[in-house]
Amino acid sequence: MGGGNTAMDCCRTSRRMGGESVKVVVRSPFKDMKASPWEKEDAQHEDIDIFDNHVPLSFEVENGKLIGMKFQKVEAVYDDNGKRKLIPTGEPDVFIEADEVLIAIGQENSFPWIERDIGLEFNEWEMPTVDKVTFQSTNPKVFFGGDAAFGPENVITAVAHGHQAAVSMHLFCEEKDLKQRPAPFTKLFSTKMGIHEWSYDSPVTIDQRFLVPQAEKSLTLVDRKKEVELGFNLPTGFKEAQRCLNCDVQTEFSTDLCIECDACMDVCPTSCITFTGNEPEEDQLRQKLLVPATNKSQDILVSDTLKTGRVMVKDEDVCLHCGLCAERCPTSAWDMQQYFYSVTKAGSI
Amino acid sequence: MTYLKPIFRHPKLPKNKLGYTLKEYEGGISTLCAGCGHDSISATIVQACYEMDIEPHLVAKISGIGCSSKTPAYFLGNSHGFNSVHGRMPSVATGANMANKDLVYFGVSGDGDTASIGMGQFVHAIRRNLNMVYIVMNNGCYGLTKGQDSATADLGSKSKAGSINPFQPVDLASLAVELGATFVAQSFSGDKQQLVPLIKAGIQHKGLAFINVMSPCVTFNNNPGSTKSYDYVREHMQATGTLDFVPEEKPIHAEYEEGTGTTVSLHDGSEMKLHKLALNWDPEDRVSAANAIQQARMKDEILTGLLYINPVYGDLHDIINTSDTPLNTMKENTLCPGTEKLDTINAGFR
Repeated sequence: MGGGNTAMDCCRTSRRMGGESVKVVVRSPFKDMKASPWEKEDAQHEDIDIFDNHVPLSFEVENGKLIGMKFQKVEAVYDDNGKRKLIPTGEPDVFIEADEVLIAIGQENSFPWIERDIGLEFNEWEMPTVDKVTFQSTNPKVFFGGDAAFGPENVITAVAHGHQAAVSMHLFCEEKDLKQRPAPFTKLFSTKMGIHEWSYDSPVTIDQRFLVPQAEKSLTLVDRKKEVELGFNLPTGFKEAQRCLNCDVQTEFSTDLCIECDACMDVCPTSCITFTGNEPEEDQLRQKLLVPATNKSQDILVSDTLKTGRVMVKDEDVCLHCGLCAERCPTSAWDMQQYFYSVTKAGSI
Repeated sequence: MTYLKPIFRHPKLPKNKLGYTLKEYEGGISTLCAGCGHDSISATIVQACYEMDIEPHLVAKISGIGCSSKTPAYFLGNSHGFNSVHGRMPSVATGANMANKDLVYFGVSGDGDTASIGMGQFVHAIRRNLNMVYIVMNNGCYGLTKGQDSATADLGSKSKAGSINPFQPVDLASLAVELGATFVAQSFSGDKQQLVPLIKAGIQHKGLAFINVMSPCVTFNNNPGSTKSYDYVREHMQATGTLDFVPEEKPIHAEYEEGTGTTVSLHDGSEMKLHKLALNWDPEDRVSAANAIQQARMKDEILTGLLYINPVYGDLHDIINTSDTPLNTMKENTLCPGTEKLDTINAGFR
């Protein structure tokens, strides 16, 4: 029972422990299940049926022995705010036979063991009140991180919380302001190595994601320790890596180097560079581009005024990071620069 | 080591009347030096053909020798093309045009190709008023062979190596006016706003449309002291006027000050609206055009824009009165009507 990644682990392990008929029963519709899509795919690949829209009613026991469970069939109805309600369909209850039921329906934070009179505030869900930046609770000597701070998240987030909390504790011990935090380390450096040569893989590929090959089911289901995903072979792995969008490589423009030959504007495959007269309002300028920049959630880059009085405007929304602007720039006014970001940590790691 | 153009284009790239985006008019990726003026001209030709809703397969681009003549590989990849030999572009264009008068012809040439080895061909293409757009990508040097002065290099212009050009330049625009070209224009690769309407008007003009485009050689002739550098051309450009090309079916009303606008009607009803900036210049008056060019030269200015136009002269097919049906679409029995017909014709001369 349950539709998260733990449920997927349980059902697939059951198959390996000798379970011949393993079923997953979940209250929500299949598409809303918490498990990652690939986890669901892998479970189904191992002949595990997933019954969605089934709400558990009772464990059925005969002669003191579990024989199965009863479920009510429901359908999901969403209101205008997208909030879900599970409404019984009126169909007869469903009985599913079972020798064993594994419950994988998640866990909650619970802090009954923390005294409520130590200056530590709890909110309406009985979770501690924690500062989102410093991870400090209302008792300045107590810090929270991971699931305990703001509810379930992944382990990567928990580690990041730990680093930030450590910075806070260090500042706290030094009696400094916890909000005056050291900035993260950032750096931009050129990726140019030579003519047509960059230290990143600049060509834009059109490949879809490659499927990771798996070991035969007949092998993996009989041996719990047998690795299922075999990983890519070298050529496929290389191709998959080439699908990288190179988000970390930025197009850097130097106004003083530009001779306005328009080469970058001409070569840009997605027409994201325009040289034009500036406008007092950003919206007007966005409309003047080769293709108007309508996605306002993405910034446009506007250079300082160039020699001829025009400005260079780049619509970041459609940039492919292919580097052709920099390839065709005679004066290196365009450069492809890699952005490096290192989060602030308490120690030297 | 990469040099590929991604196939992705802007998802909202506008389409012309044929349903084509600019992509359908592009060519291969340029192998010229980064920042070459010629690439800008290629992009301008792409833009003009796109805006004119021209079917790419109804265009032929013919070129001669030099960096300029490599450019047809970098625009209109879906069109016909012929990279001929040194200075012989007009001959090949004449042959093609004679066989099929229904195509749009781009003759792409450079200052070396036109003003030196192909000078004789250039002169006669003008004399015959071949219906084509004759573009000279003029950088004042032989870029392909490391930047020696060409015949259009100005007297006193300094090369990258430091030598001063001791010879008089060939002024192609003056020469074209003198020879009786029916459409003479001059522009700069760095001024697409001026060049796009000029090319569009040139396509629409029936006869030879000569466009001399200053196109800096970024590698060999973009140094201080050169008169064909980006900076020099920008500082010395003097426009005759701003031009709007108005296709027949799309009347627009340009706002011009009283007395400064001129309208030139073309053979098919389309119009060119000119906002005149130069004084004492009339685009339909050859003497006035020749004067304007000479005066600008005396002031070390480069006169750009439309310099001279004669919209009524008629092209080579009109002059020699060829058939309305292009020769290449005629059947063999029409082209070779047989001995009997020949005998009749011969009898007519007896």
